[in-house]
Amino acid sequence: MPKITYVEASGAEHTIEIQSGESVMEGAVNNGVRGIDADCGGQCACATCHVFVDDDWRDRTGVPNDTERSMLEFVDGFTAQSRLACQIKVIPELDGLIVRLPKSQH
Amino acid sequence: MSLSRFDVVQDEAIHAAAVTPLKNFHVGNPELFRTNSHWPFFARLRREDPVHYCAESEFGPYWSITKYHDIMAVDTNHAVFSSDMAHGGITIRDVREDLRGSRAMFIAMDPPKHDVQRKTVSPIVSPSNLATMEPIIRRRVIDILDKLPIGETFNWVDRVAIELTTQMLATLFDFPFADRRKLTYWSDVATAIPAPGGIVESDDHRQAILTECLNYFLRLWNERVNEPPRGDLVSMLAHGESTRNMSPGELLGNVILLIVGGNDTTRNSISGGLLALNEHPNEYQKLRDNPALVESMVPEIIRWQTPLAHMRRTALSDIEFKGKLIRKGDKVVMWYVSGNRDDEAIDNPNAFVIDRARPRQHLSFGFGIHRCVGNRLAELQLKIVWEEILKRWRHIEVVEPPRRVLSSFVKGYETLAVRIVE
Repeated sequence: MPKITYVEASGAEHTIEIQSGESVMEGAVNNGVRGIDADCGGQCACATCHVFVDDDWRDRTGVPNDTERSMLEFVDGFTAQSRLACQIKVIPELDGLIVRLPKSQH
Repeated sequence: MSLSRFDVVQDEAIHAAAVTPLKNFHVGNPELFRTNSHWPFFARLRREDPVHYCAESEFGPYWSITKYHDIMAVDTNHAVFSSDMAHGGITIRDVREDLRGSRAMFIAMDPPKHDVQRKTVSPIVSPSNLATMEPIIRRRVIDILDKLPIGETFNWVDRVAIELTTQMLATLFDFPFADRRKLTYWSDVATAIPAPGGIVESDDHRQAILTECLNYFLRLWNERVNEPPRGDLVSMLAHGESTRNMSPGELLGNVILLIVGGNDTTRNSISGGLLALNEHPNEYQKLRDNPALVESMVPEIIRWQTPLAHMRRTALSDIEFKGKLIRKGDKVVMWYVSGNRDDEAIDNPNAFVIDRARPRQHLSFGFGIHRCVGNRLAELQLKIVWEEILKRWRHIEVVEPPRRVLSSFVKGYETLAVRIVE
């Protein structure tokens, strides 16, 4: 199974094996990674699973669609690396992906 | 004495909900909410006709969306379900056509204008600002709680819920502190249903009072627009690129949005939480035994109370939705109060449970681009209130049934008589 590494704002790292087909958000929530709230349960409707993805991974994670972009624009600390973790599906090509978490979800 | 009597639904309502033909259902009737009788009507709609059309009411015809996932689908589809004030606004009761220009607020706008105005205001509730505000809120909560009488009956709504939310609003706007109850008053005026002898008697009466509100804020605006930008909301609006050229109508609209948004909602959740704990003494005991549960109790209070019962949209085109044909121009009401009790989305939804696994999975803040901008501030206020209460007293006892607000939009309390037991 692909391994995803979550880096909390404090620097703490969690590397977790996630079933392909699950989202990066589900991988965090189901494995007790703190710092991803996911209030809407993965509907791209609350922007509380905000993460930062390094540019190197952009080809493999894809880019946000219009809905995701409109939600992302309201998050605190939005950057070009911002993504909603519920919108990134885990696939074998994402093995080794590192996502960084903001200080809080808002 | 059984405490559950405070939230009891009368047998007459249960009977009426069972025998009334569905085509005669008018769940937006404010009287149902004043008498706490809406629950069995919504339960039947969720079971038998979850996307329901009411052909005739004092608000005109409207659709009711009553299930959690259907509400989510409407709330996130802003391309079809518009919030634009031009169609009448975001509540079941249309804003009168000639007054719509004076209520231009970003909650009642669609993209792209909504997006730029919201972005101007949202930094006020950024995580760093909330961290700055926390000690201020705590100091005010402590001041308010320490003045409360022990062993005497008093109105919790006025002494605690209104006072605290009003102080917070005054802080956010940097509004003259001595005049702060004007904010509460204007908020109440903005949402009241006009009635003889009521807080407003007509839409014209309302407009006259809100013009005073506008003039007060214009004065603050004019002071601050000539000063360097600071962290309060008036200054932010006066200096913000997308808001500094707002018309007076837009200023009034956004001021109303922020005072209603920050006032009724938190106020009624502060009262609703206390009522819920009194009705669920086992949960109150759980909380006393483990005050750390405040964290997960706060979102549960917000779900339980659902301080805004609904939001309304207007269809911009015909759309087939769950087997019904919603036509262009139709009014569509998303009943958050019903979706929050939908057992297909929330386990055991009629129970108040302070340690749910996913307590923030509720509709009270809405979802999509209009999701409540102040949701974390609301949670912070409630958290501090309960932390400080638990440090002080064993029990705050509700001593008589609350008087509820006559509204199917603001779901709240006029009075909540309580007694502090040390």
